[in-house]
Amino acid sequence: MGFDAAFEKKKKLNSVGTRPLRPDGVEKVTGKARYGADFNMPGQLVGRILRSPHAHAKIKKIDTTKAEKLKGVKAVITAKDLPDLTDGNSDLYDVLDNCMAREKALYDGHAVAAVAAIDAATARKALKLIKVDYKILPHVTDVDEAADAKAPLVREGVFTTGVDPKPAKPSNITNRSQYGHGDVEGGMAEADFIVGRTFKTEQTHQGYIEPHACVASVNSDGNAELWVCTQGHFVYRQNCADLLGMDASKLRVTSSEIGGGFGGKTHVWSEPVALALSRKAGRPVKLVMSREEVFRASGPTSATSIDVRIGAKKDGTVTAAEATLRYTCGPYPGMWAELGAMTAFAPYDFANVKTVGYEVLVNRPKVAAYRAPSAPMAAFAVESAVDELAGKIGMDPVKFRIKNAAKEGSRASYGPVYGPIGIGPTLEAAKKHPHMKAPLGKNQGRGMACGFWFNFGGQTCSNINIGEDGTVNLAVGTVDVGGSRASLSLVAAEELGVPYEQIKAVIGDTGTLGHNDMTDGSRGTFSSSLATISAARNAISIMKERAAKMWDIPVEHVEWENGHAVAKGKKYGNLPKLSVKDIAAKAGRTGGPIAGHSELVADGAGVSFATHICDIEVDPQTGATKVLRYTVIQDAGKAVHPTYVEGQYQGGAAQGIGWALNEEYIYGKDGRLQNPGFLDYRIPVCSDLPMIDTQILEIPNPNHPYGVRGVGETSIVPPLAAIANAVSNAVDARMTHIPMSPPRILKALETEAAE
Amino acid sequence: MSGIAVSTTINGDEVEYLCQADETLLDVLRDRLEMTGTKEGCGTGDCGACSVMVDGRLVCSCLVLGAEVQGSTIETIEGMADGADLHPLQQKFIEHAALQCGVCTPGFLIAAKDLLERNPNPTEEEIRFGLAGNLCRCTGYDKIVRAVQDAAQEMKG
Amino acid sequence: MVAIKIWGGLSAATNGQTELEIDANYIRELFAKLEERYPGVKPYIERGIAVSIDGVIYRDTWSKELPDGAEIFLLPRLEGG
Repeated sequence: MGFDAAFEKKKKLNSVGTRPLRPDGVEKVTGKARYGADFNMPGQLVGRILRSPHAHAKIKKIDTTKAEKLKGVKAVITAKDLPDLTDGNSDLYDVLDNCMAREKALYDGHAVAAVAAIDAATARKALKLIKVDYKILPHVTDVDEAADAKAPLVREGVFTTGVDPKPAKPSNITNRSQYGHGDVEGGMAEADFIVGRTFKTEQTHQGYIEPHACVASVNSDGNAELWVCTQGHFVYRQNCADLLGMDASKLRVTSSEIGGGFGGKTHVWSEPVALALSRKAGRPVKLVMSREEVFRASGPTSATSIDVRIGAKKDGTVTAAEATLRYTCGPYPGMWAELGAMTAFAPYDFANVKTVGYEVLVNRPKVAAYRAPSAPMAAFAVESAVDELAGKIGMDPVKFRIKNAAKEGSRASYGPVYGPIGIGPTLEAAKKHPHMKAPLGKNQGRGMACGFWFNFGGQTCSNINIGEDGTVNLAVGTVDVGGSRASLSLVAAEELGVPYEQIKAVIGDTGTLGHNDMTDGSRGTFSSSLATISAARNAISIMKERAAKMWDIPVEHVEWENGHAVAKGKKYGNLPKLSVKDIAAKAGRTGGPIAGHSELVADGAGVSFATHICDIEVDPQTGATKVLRYTVIQDAGKAVHPTYVEGQYQGGAAQGIGWALNEEYIYGKDGRLQNPGFLDYRIPVCSDLPMIDTQILEIPNPNHPYGVRGVGETSIVPPLAAIANAVSNAVDARMTHIPMSPPRILKALETEAAE
Repeated sequence: MSGIAVSTTINGDEVEYLCQADETLLDVLRDRLEMTGTKEGCGTGDCGACSVMVDGRLVCSCLVLGAEVQGSTIETIEGMADGADLHPLQQKFIEHAALQCGVCTPGFLIAAKDLLERNPNPTEEEIRFGLAGNLCRCTGYDKIVRAVQDAAQEMKG
Repeated sequence: MVAIKIWGGLSAATNGQTELEIDANYIRELFAKLEERYPGVKPYIERGIAVSIDGVIYRDTWSKELPDGAEIFLLPRLEGG
């Protein structure tokens, strides 16, 4: 990695761990900050996309002649204008096909054509003039129906991989994956109690408030610009360049301020379309999705169906656990069930465990990552069963989990053996938390649950430039989705020994920094802090050389202390120390500009665990729920800016609460999405939620100088189960279907009463 | 296509523009007047990101036509600070980290200012219901409510 | 020689073997030798294999050393949100 990233136990931190104001705050509270749709280019056209109204249809013919003839229309494109340049890369081909349907429309909302016109009204008119001749095909949207052998095939010629021998018949199941160790049936035979159930979760959307937006400009000489809201402008650049046959170097991508992503802006949808429109029209094209398009065509997570079986002895020792997980992928293969299979039992140390994942194709939008993708649904099923099993044994659910929790040296259900991890400490903190002892009233229930996520690193590049006045510019390539410019400025301040206010952090565009992977996998602060530390240390070594020149002494006698070069040794000890400002002022005469660069692969992100506790009240007349109290306990490794760490914990919990209680994609029999708007797809509003208490634990990641782990994703993993456990306790009936909307709760109450 | 001529006062300045009959006030603000501080999250009045004040009433500017506001007084996020001095709500939003991505923030600030003008001493519940027309997906609302509570305290002096 | 364990899905390309002994000092060498022995592994490597060394997951650092006696586990390369 170029520098040793091992945890520096003795390092005293001065800036890291403090809570200064964010550097982009004033811009954002005054409306000056520019998001995806807030940017314009001279001569820009308005782009609009025509989408399939059918869930599954063969595209026989598209007639664009009338639209092309409409005054004010400057370009009309179909799949023909995005020829297949993917050269056998099936993942990239799927992205291309998802951007613009080629032979079949595979879901309601699938793009089939696009126009660029002088204004929105003309563009809308032009869309109506495009005639698409469809042959409607049978469709399937439900995960279990699609997995059935008799289901209509979403794609032709899909034979399930990961099974031996290869199946004789095609199906909608693209892959089977398996994880685990030990002998599950043997373990079950030793159990005194066994809980086995099937759980379902519905499809949800990341629900970022800012719809996808971009402005694309392609010149005839091959130079191009793209302004876009994205979680990863370097990845977008490469994807767009590959799909359009451009040189990545000539496509300059600038990431706008991003109005939320949560995994949903890791994927190109309309950007290649905007570039293709601009290429054809010879003018810049602005393409902004409507909210309806965001729901119908971008984002969502998987709908799932999960069987879980767990057995335990009377003393609370789990003897065996297994889960079979079926996840929808939309119409393109993914590894969503596999991620569920990997994470399902990750918090526990089970001797015999097995998970099997099935990736299921359906006529719904292509699944994209959503915050700790696939883990919340698996945790819902597992943590519900764990709670029920604890109840059967007559053991407190926290104690039951503590007894079976993984620790350093445990073999994870997904394979490897754990290093130092935080599941035990989060459970111990939950046990001690006053929330666990607070009294509950009538129709109220308490639930708790655990969650796990891996966290990633990845390719990262940062620059530090010291100005002539000694102030510092930090350029990072990971998009700031939730305050990382503040945390990375803290890291630069920490290393250089200068005040936080002296650092100005910016997100560099693709022309100014080396490649950076997405801000995903909770990697933003983890990865870019490593690159920032490394870049700062490189800048310091240059400043030490410059100080040595200024003093005319050997550099071996110069050390860096609290933002100053200090001369060491008897001979030089009386030299007055030199500040960054002093050194910068003389830079022109000691060798030129002072900078520190870092290019690295930030591997070694620490795994992350959380435990959540919540109290719910259920109205038995209506089935309506109210979240009364919510507590998040999570290991951060080291919280660089604790306020924004709390923000990640609270935001993830709120998204999980929405998923648990309200949010779902509702499809009609015709395979069309019936609720593509915030009125009918209801995300939590302010009056739905209580304050969300947080407790940050700091179990250092051994692979980061400060001990930082990722914090962004894990907080969405436990809420589904924690709330389901609370509701189940409140109504005394096991909830097995997410979201627990009022009709589902009433049904559970009626079923319970009938029994 | 001849436009409809409209005269309004926006953030204290007299503004005249031409717009089409089907254009919303949000379209006019963003596309014609380049006041992009007001955001579009849904276009259907469900998210509150486009909140502005029209003649002292809190509205979703995506549900108001540009041609409707002839003679009206409009306040947007661009007019909330007094020159270089932030409004206490703006300052408290930054101090409490009441924004993460920040795209809902202009709408929240407009709605919160309206709330505190009508009710200078709101309870937590009144704040939560008062801001229930604005969606935030990042924060879980905790820090937003605290920022509004703190601003209310400060504005009372 | 290092002992490596592999996830179930990859064993389709290793004649069903889930535990292997391979003479390799670095991740890059491990992948090269694995591909040499089991050509069917190549598409998995191209798609991405993550290497867990004592519980720490390396997705990209092919220059990473495989220490003696370390617990090495191969996993598919993951996606995040």
